[in-house]
Amino acid sequence: MTVEEWQIVWFTAWVSALSTVLILPFGLGVAWLLARREWPGKSLVETLVALPLVLPPVATGLLLLKLFGRRGAIGGFLHDTIDLDIIFTWRGVLLALGVMSFPLLVRSARAAFEEVNPRLEQIARTLGAGNFRVFCTVTLPLAGRGILGGMILAFARALGEFGATIMVAGNIPGKTSTLSLAIFQSVQLGEDAHAYRLLGVSVALAFLAVWGGEILNRRRKRLQ
Amino acid sequence: MNLRLKNISLPLAGFTLEIDVELHSQVTAIFGPSGAGKTSLLATLAGLRRPRSAFIELNGRVLTDTAAGVEVPTRLREIGYVPQDLALFPHLSVRRNLLFGHKPEAESHPLFNFDHVVKVLEIGSLIERGVTLLSGGEKQRVTLARALLSSPRLLLLDEPLSSLDAKLKSQILPYLQRVRDEFHLPMLYVTHDESEALALCEEALVMERGRLVGQRKC
Repeated sequence: MTVEEWQIVWFTAWVSALSTVLILPFGLGVAWLLARREWPGKSLVETLVALPLVLPPVATGLLLLKLFGRRGAIGGFLHDTIDLDIIFTWRGVLLALGVMSFPLLVRSARAAFEEVNPRLEQIARTLGAGNFRVFCTVTLPLAGRGILGGMILAFARALGEFGATIMVAGNIPGKTSTLSLAIFQSVQLGEDAHAYRLLGVSVALAFLAVWGGEILNRRRKRLQ
Repeated sequence: MNLRLKNISLPLAGFTLEIDVELHSQVTAIFGPSGAGKTSLLATLAGLRRPRSAFIELNGRVLTDTAAGVEVPTRLREIGYVPQDLALFPHLSVRRNLLFGHKPEAESHPLFNFDHVVKVLEIGSLIERGVTLLSGGEKQRVTLARALLSSPRLLLLDEPLSSLDAKLKSQILPYLQRVRDEFHLPMLYVTHDESEALALCEEALVMERGRLVGQRKC
């Protein structure tokens, strides 16, 4: 492995981890609302959250490009107010990975929240606990393994993201190049050895992430 | 105890729970067939269900008055609830279950302090165990202790012995009697079993399809 290849691996791993951490509070909030509350527009939000799973990633990327580009509604605002550019920067990679892995986190966390017996939360309230304490001491610990499984899935999804990332961040070596993008480029340029080394690392990372998720899932089922 | 349940109306599947009664006995049993609305009545008292209309007052403190827009949140009602399925927190040890609702200031209370409750219910040897390792009777006693340690002003017991066999019931019943005699705590006790009610209660209410159809001394 060359220094450049390690750089790509490191960048992909940390930007995937960062995107997973950043989507966590939003993902948990949406998952909890979907699992525990009935409200108007719920099915619309359910559909919107699931969209990146079924839309072609390139189409999701194009949408993000339109929204976060300098002429886009959000991108234009960010550029004009705080001089922040998203597109074709590492922040664009972060955005694409976060959006593409968000549905997986929400689905796992929602299932985990739904598995928590609401009776336990009610009893906690009769014992004097307010909503925040109930969430932190009852709901979250009992849903913890499912949420962790969702985080691992989201991280694994982010590791392998390609379509949305190339639309939003391009493939700028040393700046926005992730494992998937670098493998694609190497194959295009006929640099097979380079591509296979990165492929090996991708397989190892993805294997470890999914294997970890499976182990957690099995432990959760055993506990139940 | 002075518990006033006035003009309670709560729509349930197929009928409406409609209750109007004042209770003064220390322990009152509530009888009735399954689906009569007994558990819904307890849940309304505990603030776990929102009635269409209700006036609930416990020893002079208004807990619910829908006409005046008063609804004291569940956590502030000081009502202990022992549900049928016990609902011990499976991720916590017995000690942490017991301490969940225990206020530090209750440690100086002669009755509701940790050591006294643990002694009355004889659960000292279980304290460090995980709740999933407890037997049915042990779970009953721990659940009861957890509710007592929150220093409630009223204890709601929803068929607490229904999941136990006859032998275990006869072992747990004396603990309930001990709780009644030691803590002098007002209790509402939902049961199907007349012998349980006779052993514990002074007064019995009979419910059918959401209404009280009888009230008598035990």
